[in-house]
Amino acid sequence: MGMTIAEKIIARAAGVSEVKPGQIHTVELDYLMSNDGTTHLTIDMYNNKLKNPRIADKDKLVFIVDHNVPAENPKTAAVHKKMREFAKANGIKFFEGKGVCHQIMFEEFVEPGQLIFGADSHTCSYGALGAFGTGVGCTDFLYAMVTGKSWVMVPETLRFNLKGKLREGVYPRDLILTIIGDIGANGANYKVMEFAGEGAHNLSVNDRFVLCNLAVEAGAKTGIVEPDEKVEQFIKEHGRNADNMYVSDEDAKFLKVYEYDLSKIEPVVARPDFVDDVISLSEVGDVKIDEAFLGSCNNGRIDDLRVAASILKGKKVHPDVRFIVAPASNNVYLQALDEGLIDIFMEAGAMVMNANCSVCWGSCQGVIGDGEVLISTGTRNFKGRAGHKNSKVYLGSAATVTASAIAGKICGTV
Amino acid sequence: MDKFTGKVWVLGDDIDTDIIIPTEYLALKTVDDMKKYAFSPLRPELAAQIGDGDIIVAGKNFGCGSSREQAPEIIKHLNVRCVIAKSFARIFFRNSINNGLLLIENSEIPDAVKEGDTIDVIMNDKIVFNGREYPIQPLPDNLMEILNAGGLVKAMQKRNGII
Repeated sequence: MGMTIAEKIIARAAGVSEVKPGQIHTVELDYLMSNDGTTHLTIDMYNNKLKNPRIADKDKLVFIVDHNVPAENPKTAAVHKKMREFAKANGIKFFEGKGVCHQIMFEEFVEPGQLIFGADSHTCSYGALGAFGTGVGCTDFLYAMVTGKSWVMVPETLRFNLKGKLREGVYPRDLILTIIGDIGANGANYKVMEFAGEGAHNLSVNDRFVLCNLAVEAGAKTGIVEPDEKVEQFIKEHGRNADNMYVSDEDAKFLKVYEYDLSKIEPVVARPDFVDDVISLSEVGDVKIDEAFLGSCNNGRIDDLRVAASILKGKKVHPDVRFIVAPASNNVYLQALDEGLIDIFMEAGAMVMNANCSVCWGSCQGVIGDGEVLISTGTRNFKGRAGHKNSKVYLGSAATVTASAIAGKICGTV
Repeated sequence: MDKFTGKVWVLGDDIDTDIIIPTEYLALKTVDDMKKYAFSPLRPELAAQIGDGDIIVAGKNFGCGSSREQAPEIIKHLNVRCVIAKSFARIFFRNSINNGLLLIENSEIPDAVKEGDTIDVIMNDKIVFNGREYPIQPLPDNLMEILNAGGLVKAMQKRNGII
């Protein structure tokens, strides 16, 4: 019986020749990533609850400070201090102020065919490079850190056959929001979303990141795009190993197969407070905004900044709007500087932040107040996600966010 | 057979982790400090009303969103006996078991009960309400071992002292 990409990755990690959905396997993990959202809790458990604390393989661990960076109060400063000291004492790879954790993993570590646990729900992004990344809590993380292993139940796979190309002015963000709107916020619960077909191969690896990153918003265990020569080229350019580029077998079993024609996708937004409440941008009506955010692990890469700068060039941010831009990593930031994009943002009146999670998670930057409205390229629009419980978050592409920042209301073009 | 009775609090679909515990309270020092803010964006009074042994009943996709483990921990610290929902988000499901919080999937109970009703749960067998029985799927043995120990770390300590 043929296997899907996810099944092949789990079989490799479990050291067996074949796996089937529903089976539980003990697996060896290739990387374990944890950020300042919860690492301090893991360290506390490690120090206080274990009889024999030890780390199975320090080289597989990556700690990244990205959620509240730089620290904005003594509590988060204490969290970072704990993380920094633990990483140093145990020889763990440590990044601080370099970018959003998933972008760092993408730029530095992920290889096709790997199985990676991250103590963050958007770990599902690594499927952009043909890997299986999935989010876990800090107890699962602790167990894996100490033993080098964990258990997984083999998930069923939903296959998304993509054909054609996105039209000009339509972006991967519009595609994935459309899919989530169609299948619902738990439409892929416990399952894998596998993207394949020539439409998938037409997308750049950065575009694929956008698709996989939001898979968890449909409940998925992970999202994976069938890896191809674009992945191989990216991996080789970064000096990594592309030996395990798995694709699904002809006779692999999918729970369901969906077909999407990319040329038919239109710009959309997700309305507050649910990521699956997706409507066409043309139906959004007159929605005034107080803040616009361009950034996050979903849309803070160079492609997004280029799109935004091309719309913003020679124009001004609306006087009633705060437009906050946070590049996903320092590499992205430096490239944007080099290309003159940062000049465009600042001349237009945007606030450019350091590379971090920023507005997306509603804690350290650009928090919105009572009754305020945000249009965002962040990952979620849950009630109160970006600040006050009575604030509202709309999600859209970098183009929609930028056009809205200029117009002062949600729109697609200016 | 393990059996318990509890009063239910009823919530809707897609109760996300940011509703269970908003980001702004995650920096508080302990879960006990955080727990009074549980569900506060939706029902600020709820955390104070939930009593020991009560049961939360909800619709589909309970616990969707973040991997923050404080979410199930807080529900456990409110002394909620279990959460019954039409479905659970997967990271929340793992985190709950790992923290010794019992979750039960049932598609009918959430529509059958109203807030304040009392239901009986017979572990891994059925829910009884108003004389009607609602069967439940038993949890696999490995998950029951973790639950019964009070969480993953305790289960591992019991099993072989590996941790």
